[in-house]
Amino acid sequence: MTTPAQGMRKRSGILRAEVINMSHGGGGKAMRDLIEDVFVGTFENQQLDLMEDQARIDLAGLNTMGNRLALTTDSYVVDPIFFPGGDIGKLAVCGTVNDLAVGGAVPLYLTCGVIIEEGLPVSDLRRIVESMKKAADQAGVKIVTGDTKVVDKGAADKIFINTAGVGVIPSHINIASNKAMPGDLILINGFIGDHGAAILGARGDLSIENDIESDCTPLNDLINTLLAACPDVHCMRDATRGGIASVLNEFAIASSVCIKIKETAIPIRSEVRGMCEILGLDPLYLANEGKLIAIVPQARAETALQALKSTDAGIHSAVIGYVSESPADTVILQTAFGGERIVDMLIGDQLPRIC
Amino acid sequence: MKYVDEFRDPILAQTLLEEIKKLLPTIALTKERPLQLMEFCGGHTHTIFRYGIEQLLPKTIELIHGPGCPVCVLPMGRVDDCVSLAERPEVIFTTFGDAMRVPGSKKSLLQAKADGADIRMVYSPLDALNLARKHRDREVVFFALGFETTMPSTALTVLEAEADNVTNFSLFCNHVTTVPTIKAILDSPSMQIDGFVAPGHVSMVVGEAPFDFIAEKYKKPIVITGFEPLDILQSIWLLVKQFAEGRCQMENQYARVAQKDGNPPGLEAIAKVFQLRDFFELRGLGSIDNSGVRITDQYARFDAERKFSVPNIQIADPQACQCGEVLQGMIKPWQCRVFGTTCTPETPMGALMVSTEGACAAYYNFGNLPELMALKAEEEKTKLKEVASN
Repeated sequence: MTTPAQGMRKRSGILRAEVINMSHGGGGKAMRDLIEDVFVGTFENQQLDLMEDQARIDLAGLNTMGNRLALTTDSYVVDPIFFPGGDIGKLAVCGTVNDLAVGGAVPLYLTCGVIIEEGLPVSDLRRIVESMKKAADQAGVKIVTGDTKVVDKGAADKIFINTAGVGVIPSHINIASNKAMPGDLILINGFIGDHGAAILGARGDLSIENDIESDCTPLNDLINTLLAACPDVHCMRDATRGGIASVLNEFAIASSVCIKIKETAIPIRSEVRGMCEILGLDPLYLANEGKLIAIVPQARAETALQALKSTDAGIHSAVIGYVSESPADTVILQTAFGGERIVDMLIGDQLPRIC
Repeated sequence: MKYVDEFRDPILAQTLLEEIKKLLPTIALTKERPLQLMEFCGGHTHTIFRYGIEQLLPKTIELIHGPGCPVCVLPMGRVDDCVSLAERPEVIFTTFGDAMRVPGSKKSLLQAKADGADIRMVYSPLDALNLARKHRDREVVFFALGFETTMPSTALTVLEAEADNVTNFSLFCNHVTTVPTIKAILDSPSMQIDGFVAPGHVSMVVGEAPFDFIAEKYKKPIVITGFEPLDILQSIWLLVKQFAEGRCQMENQYARVAQKDGNPPGLEAIAKVFQLRDFFELRGLGSIDNSGVRITDQYARFDAERKFSVPNIQIADPQACQCGEVLQGMIKPWQCRVFGTTCTPETPMGALMVSTEGACAAYYNFGNLPELMALKAEEEKTKLKEVASN
């Protein structure tokens, strides 16, 4: 790795403007000031300080951590950009970290591409970038390269962020969505639907007041603890857009099994349930940003559950169902009322721009 | 959750189911000719599927899912009119979210929005009125739809707009009426329905009396019903009890909400703002006398149909659709020619596939689709054999 002394330049740019304008994406001094002051200054790491066009990562170091590289990308367009429990910056880091971690990877590096609509207050941008840094520190990842574009008013909505992430999967971990087996148990790490409900409340167009906070959080610590206790997790995915219903359907189809869940076993806050009742939403389809579904062998389920419960993000973990053989490719909910119904993939979108 | 969970108690449900099972042997029924009960309202259909009530019931009771989903019965021509209004540059078109995906002859509102029309989802007509106050330079049109349940809120919004002199607000009125629609089903010669689970929220507005004729004139037992799963089970029990005891009456299971005289101030507002149309077209059922309302002359300036010109062209339902037969209990949703093949919730052709409250969409989403499709294929094979042997 390049040592900090070599090629390191003194940061000089200071962004004095109060509002982002087109010149901040123009490639000139204004853009350099923006990048150096807001992004490089906040993210603070050697890779970024070098101001090269690419991050350079030492392969030998990665090789000692596992045998597969995990690479993922996600774009964030959530509206509003600030919401109870988080903001678009925190979301952009947690979302990508979680996409890596649920595959068993140890997340290491992120990229940060932003598209800013002219007119965005610089104070908002600073708040978002600081929030990214805080989330990255919490997750133990570094944001090592990035890109900034500014577009005309109306061509984007305030700010869109793309993050790509790199991690390494240890050689003994093998998680895949086609590995669910009849008899396996299904675990979740807490209350469903908090993020979707928080965003809906934050939009303020429902005249419904609530104190629900987004569950947006990095899950790599929790996953570390889970995999240490139960390395043979069969399937694992975070339940973001489309809620737990979508993830369970993906597992049922990929593994050609039937997934049976029990309504009364699924943790949900009464505020979220109440909001869903009023609005006619199904909480199984509400977005989460800090919830995962893990499918584990029955014999290891209790150990896995206790491991999840021992973490901050998993205190309210629960076993919500099991895997059976038929009907294949199907998710069945045993309702609190005693009946059964099929839980299908969501058609259309329940709520737009949720992440 | 208090005041909700009490109405979803599985132990009480079991008690009711046992009572129903006890009574059934006293009524002459077979698997081929089960007791057919229609729940008129889409809200009931949704509850039935959401809680899996159908599988809990004995096979000798069959639930027929009625046309009481206002989004489902919206005819294609009216969707075209919506699109035409929404595409006017001066218009902000406001609608409830579930109407966005209803197909018109060329496009849905969702597609029109993607093409650049200013269409906004609202949660109440008052939200639309507030938009009009905020955007005085634009014309805000509210897409009013629903049975009597939603009429008072629309009517009161018009009255508020008048009181506040909001001149850039109007309604595209598609409110429909319950009684003429039920009457049309009862008058159909192929009708096989034995009894009705009546819409509690409509009763909450119109009261009990408008439903008396179903028991008195048509000799069909009817129970005004709430929307929680125990409400529905209790109403089914009340209906079965009427058959067992040889009675035929209008009963009110939902008296905690639906009062005998309904909601008089709401009815007063409705009477001020709306008048019956001579006839209105319902998708799947065709044109029915008095099945819709329009805005009275006194409030004509809030009527989008009079304020702007709309194409107002009738578009026939796709021929392959068998919505009408499903609605009358003649066939089950999966027995329709196009169910699950060309007609799916993603690309709905018929009325009943459009909204999650429609019977076909409910079967598609909540039913055991592979099993239903296998049944359908089996039936089609049998039909083909019959044709071949003839």
